[in-house]
Amino acid sequence: MHHPGTNNKVYKKINDDFEWSSENFKKISEIIKKYPSNRIQSAVIPLLDLAQRQNKGWLSKNSMEKVAETLSMSYIRVLEVATFYSMFNLEPIGKNFVQICRTTPCWLRGSDKLSKVAQEVCETNIGETSDDKIFTVVEVECLGACCNAPMVQINDDYYEDLDEESFKKILQDLKDNKSIKVGSQIGRKSSQPERKFDA
Amino acid sequence: MLKERDKIFKNLYGFDDWKLEGAKKRGIWSNTKELIKMGSEKIVDEIKNSQLRGRGGAGFPAGLKWSFMPKDSGKDHYLVVNADESEPGTCKDREIMRNDPHLLLEGCLVAAFAMHAHTCYIYIRGEYYSESSNLQKAIDEAYANNLIGKNACGSGWDFDIYLHRGAGAYICGEETALLESLEGKKGQPRLKPPFPAGSGLYGCPTTVTNVETIAVSPTILRRGSKWFANLGSANNTGTKIFSISGHVNNPCNVEEEMGIPLKDLIENHAGGVIGGWENLLAVIPGGASVPLLPKSICDTVKMDFDSLKEVQSGLGTAAVIVMNKSTDIVEAIARLSHFYKHESCGQCTPCREGTGWMYRMMEKMIHGNVKHKDIDKILDVTKQIEGHTICALGDAAAWPIQGLFRHFRPEIEKRIEERNRRVA
Repeated sequence: MHHPGTNNKVYKKINDDFEWSSENFKKISEIIKKYPSNRIQSAVIPLLDLAQRQNKGWLSKNSMEKVAETLSMSYIRVLEVATFYSMFNLEPIGKNFVQICRTTPCWLRGSDKLSKVAQEVCETNIGETSDDKIFTVVEVECLGACCNAPMVQINDDYYEDLDEESFKKILQDLKDNKSIKVGSQIGRKSSQPERKFDA
Repeated sequence: MLKERDKIFKNLYGFDDWKLEGAKKRGIWSNTKELIKMGSEKIVDEIKNSQLRGRGGAGFPAGLKWSFMPKDSGKDHYLVVNADESEPGTCKDREIMRNDPHLLLEGCLVAAFAMHAHTCYIYIRGEYYSESSNLQKAIDEAYANNLIGKNACGSGWDFDIYLHRGAGAYICGEETALLESLEGKKGQPRLKPPFPAGSGLYGCPTTVTNVETIAVSPTILRRGSKWFANLGSANNTGTKIFSISGHVNNPCNVEEEMGIPLKDLIENHAGGVIGGWENLLAVIPGGASVPLLPKSICDTVKMDFDSLKEVQSGLGTAAVIVMNKSTDIVEAIARLSHFYKHESCGQCTPCREGTGWMYRMMEKMIHGNVKHKDIDKILDVTKQIEGHTICALGDAAAWPIQGLFRHFRPEIEKRIEERNRRVA
């Protein structure tokens, strides 16, 4: 099963220069303050995350080299971290990164149906990016919202208590550039039992 | 049923305000200074007397763990909160962090004081984006109101809390892997000893604790260890958040007394099994890592550490995954095997090679595409992985498969015979 975050190769095709934006440069000095001054390597995950956000959701070779330079680390140490953690994408992704949870609690509530819906609406296979670059659809392991299963993560946000209908609508709305509701799709607050709350 | 007044998590579902103002109304931060004035030894004793056991899965006595921290080592001490909640089925810490973050922060201060730590890192899994932004806002509020920072709560103790987001690795929930990750490396577990209390983060004395364990501690100190110890039964005291997912009518998180019968938990809180109790096939009672239980055991078993251990399973994180008779039980476990294959860090050979082999074998078993002797072979392999790796991920990958064959071996034998007939 392909996933841009579990890829172990450095993407060679595009190699744009990478410089920190001035906004991110300020953030970096804040992040580094969290750790003892001789231990700033601790900031490698937050910095890779920043770089990925600035670089449209994936890490190019130049962006990782920039992180290494910023933290005075060798490039190989940064690459090692970037390949180890699945949230770091090592190849370009679409505008909406759709991650469908496939682990048992979500599967019991019908996550494989969601995978089918996503492939139909996004017109792409699992692990691939659509031709119009609007969607990348992947299956991922447990996202830790099991009481709201089945659920998907699209970019930073969780969409919970889904069924085929509501998921289809979310994807269609994303396609049409409409705004969508984050969180539970059946109007449930967090993970309360659905029955009326007896306070 | 747990009485409303005995609940620790009063805003578990987020109906109330999660910010500082709402938290203060619920009594959080009300007399933190007095709690600290108890002194670190008294705090650790109270936690010991309450018999609180760690809520992250292993169930190690919390007070004992806190007491391992040296008194004057001459080095910085660290408290690290493990919020890398990734065990399939578990979603309790998420609710604490987004709906009652101040409960956690107050706990951090009290616990850190008890273990002489001036610094606390909260390691939250990277996917919890909105949870981490709530938590960060709560930290900012606490700093602005002098509840943490220099002279926290006017207690004379300087205390900093930093939030650190992970990047998607289940293994970072293992305490030494978490420390490696926090140091900016791959999250691969360390050999023990040395244990973190002697040499943890940056080589300094460190305690790594689950979110829920920390969040309940100020309430224990306020209401007294006796109150907490009177809930549940001896050695399995207090309240616990149960996450009930899978084939139930109302999946939910709920705080209940330890030792509640599993059947009551499912019927009273989660709206019962889909299709009724008679339609139940099996339950995984404590997150993906523990062996499943068939209906016959679920009828009577109590939800606490010792009762579940007696039936060769475990409470783990108290994440109850319910499966009714519509479930392909072999595929359910095969999916968990895929999970462990995906999350193995690759450091120890038995786990790296074994999890992949077991997954491929389990995939074949779904269709009965194996020989009868392969069942004993896979069980033999699970035994060779279990206990032969640095961390417990190898064990966790082995147990669900062992549980499956312990209770559902005839089902797989049936599939093998059916396939043999089809092919012949």
